[in-house]
Amino acid sequence: MEVNVTINGTAHAADVEPRMLLVDHIRRVVGLTGTHIGCDTTSCGACTVLVDGTPVKACTVLAVQADGRAVTTVEGLKSNGQLHPIQEAFKAEHGLQCGFCTPGMMLVGAALIEQNPAPSDDDVRWAISGNLCRCTGYMNIVKAIQAAAAGAATGEDK
Amino acid sequence: MTTVERPLGAPEIGGIGHSVKRHEDARLIEGQGNFLDDIELPGMLHMAILRSPVAHARIVSIDTSEAEAIDGVVAVVTGELMAEHGLAWMPTLSGDTQAVLATDKVRFQGQEVAAVVATDPYVAEDALELIVVDYEDLPVLTTPQQALADDAPVIRDDKEGQEGNLVYEWEAGDAVATDAAFAAADRVVSLTTHYPRSHPAPLETCGALADVNSVTGQATIWLTSQAPHAHRTLFAMVAGLPEQNIRIISPDLGGGFGNKVPIYPGYVVATAASLLLGTPVKWIESRSENLISTGFARDYYMEGELALNDEGRILALRVRMLSDQGAFYADAQPTQFKAGLFHVVTGSYDFAAAHIVCSGAYTNKAPGGVAYRCSFRITEASFLIERLVQTAAYELGIDPAEIRFKNFIQPDQFPYETPTGFVYDSGDYPTALSTALEEVGYEALRAEQAEARAEGRLIGIGIAHFTEAVGAGPSRQYDIAGLKMIDSAELRVHPTGKAILKLGVKTQGQGHETTFAQIVASELGIPVTDIKVEHGDTDNTPYGLGTYASRSTPVGGAATAMVARKLAAKARDIAAHLLEAASDDIDMLDGKLFVRGTPERSVTIQDVALAAYTNLPAGMEYGLEGVHYYDPPNLTYPYGSYIVVVEIDAETGVWKVRRVVALDDCGVRINPMIVEGQIHGGLTEGFAMSSMQWITFDPDGNCIGSNFMDYLVPTAWETPRFELLHTSVPSPHHPIGAKGVGESATVGSPAAFVNAVVDALAHLGVRNIDMPVLPDRVWAAIQAASS
Repeated sequence: MEVNVTINGTAHAADVEPRMLLVDHIRRVVGLTGTHIGCDTTSCGACTVLVDGTPVKACTVLAVQADGRAVTTVEGLKSNGQLHPIQEAFKAEHGLQCGFCTPGMMLVGAALIEQNPAPSDDDVRWAISGNLCRCTGYMNIVKAIQAAAAGAATGEDK
Repeated sequence: MTTVERPLGAPEIGGIGHSVKRHEDARLIEGQGNFLDDIELPGMLHMAILRSPVAHARIVSIDTSEAEAIDGVVAVVTGELMAEHGLAWMPTLSGDTQAVLATDKVRFQGQEVAAVVATDPYVAEDALELIVVDYEDLPVLTTPQQALADDAPVIRDDKEGQEGNLVYEWEAGDAVATDAAFAAADRVVSLTTHYPRSHPAPLETCGALADVNSVTGQATIWLTSQAPHAHRTLFAMVAGLPEQNIRIISPDLGGGFGNKVPIYPGYVVATAASLLLGTPVKWIESRSENLISTGFARDYYMEGELALNDEGRILALRVRMLSDQGAFYADAQPTQFKAGLFHVVTGSYDFAAAHIVCSGAYTNKAPGGVAYRCSFRITEASFLIERLVQTAAYELGIDPAEIRFKNFIQPDQFPYETPTGFVYDSGDYPTALSTALEEVGYEALRAEQAEARAEGRLIGIGIAHFTEAVGAGPSRQYDIAGLKMIDSAELRVHPTGKAILKLGVKTQGQGHETTFAQIVASELGIPVTDIKVEHGDTDNTPYGLGTYASRSTPVGGAATAMVARKLAAKARDIAAHLLEAASDDIDMLDGKLFVRGTPERSVTIQDVALAAYTNLPAGMEYGLEGVHYYDPPNLTYPYGSYIVVVEIDAETGVWKVRRVVALDDCGVRINPMIVEGQIHGGLTEGFAMSSMQWITFDPDGNCIGSNFMDYLVPTAWETPRFELLHTSVPSPHHPIGAKGVGESATVGSPAAFVNAVVDALAHLGVRNIDMPVLPDRVWAAIQAASS
């Protein structure tokens, strides 16, 4: 089937099997591998992308369901050569270790702070509760998202 | 206070002690990481594995004809085909054998039976559905107790001479001295508990991409590997390929936690398929495959007894342990130690006698027994002694903190030889515990607990003080599959003063690309941003045993410091030449080499690097590079005091964590920000194991916990907030005084969480609730105590 998906501002037309998952479409057809696969069952959130600005787990959405929509992946967070504040904050606050969950976490965080410019600790934890991290214990992910919201990623830089 | 803070170098150098931001983050925050499934090769085929739906059965027949007929299917591989090439079985890291693809029987649910190689991963999955396997069911054994019963069927009848299901028997300590101490004791306190089966579940599953060139014989194999060099050697031994033609590349890893230490059948089948077909073959397992077939952790049945006098002094410890090994003994333990370092179970306490008897049994469950964020079974040991001491406190009517102070090894007793043969190198346990108690407000909490009890509310304060033994290890004692557990670093400083450091260890998120560069920065004064760290590629890095058991900093970090010191010695010689002084008179500080006493006579490390290639004294070898293989003289012994406060709803058994105060001593902290991140992660794993993570099985051997809906791992919502403290007693034998920290919190914290719940119910007479401490278990314990 023909699908037309705008990914990070670029239109991608492709002929795909109806059963093609959005995450496989993004990774294998379009070739953007920053979106990861961690569980296949909508549990872990490693595959999270934004569809028309809303976080969606791309492992349980078909590519054809994204037809005509705008998808943002981690590769699309940077604009005009500038990192998104959430990217700066994840580095500054040590919000990542292995980095596998990070794209999904950052996209959920970016969507949250669009809606809520000053999220509380609980607001952030609830927002990312569909995204698993096995490394960080979430402490610094929460700090990073709050710091990005405050526009004040702090810390000794190097 | 015995904390010794190392002097900080200049911040612009970014050496040891600075919270330098991580170098690896730049690619990871932009989606430019290079994880295994991100790698594509021209002509690459995709492999999927058919797994047994039953836990124990004889394979009557396998019909692959329908699967082979599908468009896009290139090959179907069975055990029969693998056997023709001598690859149906492979050795494990613990000296056992494991089926690659089953030929005779399946011995656990999820065991590898056949593989499909196809042009598309979806097609490969389609074809799996069309393979028809006729199984003849056999009796299923799901516990080691069943497996060791007299009439139990022999699971490993493939092994010549195997009778029954016993895997190993192993003991440590002194039975006679221990029996004598028990006979003389005023009190004996016992605890029987099961440390349940868990799974490390790194967010990235395991996989391989094999590219065997049939013309040159070159095999390039990308693996999700925590130990690429050891894996290369074992591949050479298993497949009979010349080692120089095997290149293992472990790319960015999405976590490991011990799960990526073993060699899995899928790796071998993908490589064999690439060899047979002459094309690259990729295999990535699903989450379900990861949870049901790859290295599980724990599953130790433990019975501990403490002998004490009436004052609460421990006299001796006796432990019997039975481990469930699954169908193949695929632990990755050092050869001499069948139950890993479980004999460190004497913990942080000073007593003379201990006797530990361990045995393991085969069952119809997945193999593994990996050290899940743990130095070889030390998590189980730490849990048992901390639960036992807590039990003794209640039985003897002594405060749980006080009984620990009474029995701690004292700072002036180090080096301290334990009754099972470890030589703890350093520590100040009383300071650690008293600092943590003060931070949490222990006295006030006990008063609040008493008031709450009077009102019928349940508050618990759990303490755990752990001592780890990490950094395996000294070559006289430690090897895996015969390979000594040394590690290495190679350092090259180029003419412009920029450096590349190549490591035998391999990060899975610990931040080696930053922290190991910081070690070099401290030793040579080269700014940390000028140092690139490479690891994971066996063609491009010196040999090493890999990253697990918290061995990277204790062994690989030591190798890094030592190779940097070799280069520093040469740098001083070159500086002496440039400054027309004697080498012995040259000092180094923050990247400057100067004549002692006249700091204005100086050159920079960059000047020296250039001179190493342009202007040397006569007779000196050109270049500024070296390699060091480090054989540690001892393990290192990080420790910590953790205190957890919980509140329990007596009506439902639900418990909530109110506070977690964690004090860690990992010696010198290379990067405090990264150290704290490691502790946050470890505490979360400890909370997970104590509260929810659980791989269990029904009587037919069906795995309960085969996906993230049944196997619960904590989300941000459940995970407690952590308050961290530290002391710093440097390791006396490590070149930079560091001890390793990545696993401390996983080792130490489960007992603190369980002790907190039990403490809340101790006045009711509750002494034990097995992990995971689920609300229904808590509720049942309250009901049983109240009736």
